[in-house]
Amino acid sequence: MMTEVREIVIPGEILGKIKEAKASYGTFVEGDEIISKFLGILKKSGDHISVVPLSGVYIPKRGDKVIGLITGIEKVGWVIDINSPWLAFLYLAEAVDEYVDLKRTDITRYYDVGDMIYAQVSDVKLGNVQLSMRDQMARKLKGGLTIKITPSKVPRLIGKSGSMINTIKEKTNTMIRVGQNGVVWVSGEKIHKAVKAIKMIDEKSHIIGLTEEITKLLSE
Amino acid sequence: MGMKTEEKLIVKGKRLDGRKPDEIREIEMKVGGIPNANGSAQVKFGDTVVIAGVYGPRPLFPKHLQRSDRAIIQCRYNMAPFSVEDRARPGPSRRSIEISKVTRLALEPALFLEDYPETVVDVYIEVLQADGSTRVTGINAASLALADAGVPMNDLVVAVSGGKVDNTIIIDLCGKEDNYSLADMPVAYMPRKKEITLFQMDGGLTSEEVKQIIKNILKSGEKVYEKQKEALKKKYAE
Repeated sequence: MMTEVREIVIPGEILGKIKEAKASYGTFVEGDEIISKFLGILKKSGDHISVVPLSGVYIPKRGDKVIGLITGIEKVGWVIDINSPWLAFLYLAEAVDEYVDLKRTDITRYYDVGDMIYAQVSDVKLGNVQLSMRDQMARKLKGGLTIKITPSKVPRLIGKSGSMINTIKEKTNTMIRVGQNGVVWVSGEKIHKAVKAIKMIDEKSHIIGLTEEITKLLSE
Repeated sequence: MGMKTEEKLIVKGKRLDGRKPDEIREIEMKVGGIPNANGSAQVKFGDTVVIAGVYGPRPLFPKHLQRSDRAIIQCRYNMAPFSVEDRARPGPSRRSIEISKVTRLALEPALFLEDYPETVVDVYIEVLQADGSTRVTGINAASLALADAGVPMNDLVVAVSGGKVDNTIIIDLCGKEDNYSLADMPVAYMPRKKEITLFQMDGGLTSEEVKQIIKNILKSGEKVYEKQKEALKKKYAE
């Protein structure tokens, strides 16, 4: 495969006419023109025109699985930094299955400030994000290290049905959890090699033929 | 301003640095450079060097500053102590507070702030070397940094300064021209619809002269816009 770059558009660039196509994600309509909102890659599927941003913050969506850092403790739950413009909240009832007598127990016995958790976004109203641990995969992440990548590049890191991430896991003998919010948790044997590969995907996600380059890097 | 000087600023139709009156200095733009920021850019207009970093949208505290329907921009323009020949006193001054505000107002119309309620976009503009027209250079850098940060925008912002020295209308003032000019006029606009977002003037101009300067600015602005496009696309071209 050749190393070539997909078409990049800038904010304010006119992409098409409203009569000929439909404006999809990353675009807006002004007059009868479809215009890009982001610096990103132009995508045309059918008559839909969309722009996939090359950078940007994570926008929480219901059902997303994210990795968050506990930054605060309230009476009935935890405040969590999920690497997005808004802080998230995890209610005690969404985190613990057993009955908790709030008068007698200190909820830091479950999660404390500084803990990393893998959780699901259960509800989003702009400015108010709620998490839940009622998911099979949800748990506290012990040990290892976390790195941040651009959230819009998470699908590239995972690959088609997990092909990319599984290659990295196998070749470096590590455990990796990828949050939809661009936080990646790595633990295991060759952590630094895995981190190097993940960072490379983050930097070069727009290049066609990335899979070969990653395989080459991992087999060195 | 309008100080008297012995030296002629325009000799035989050429300016101090050999430019024609309606010619802009050499422009260099680079996107990226601050890995920790969400977006960053460096812009050079001749000897004026400015870097800009954008953080966010991110949670905003104290809470009373939050707007429930949109994000706010916090903008900080700062001159490094070594940016001028004398030492620039560190910290905010009357001048830098004003420029921070007008920069914020120049950038705001280009952003979709309503997409991120209760948050803040921080824009930091740092002047590393000052040789005139620092505020327009700063706006150009901030515009690139915002696009690089993935903040939704309806257009980029292009800024160019104009003015008058020795009764001649000029564009993109350098430091010396700025000091001894009869008038200087920084303008920022959004190129797609040619909407002006910053318009300041210091000195005296007739309305005819103002029209002429705006015309020249829009003409040179096209070159600046092309450079901005090129710089943004270059970051992802290998």
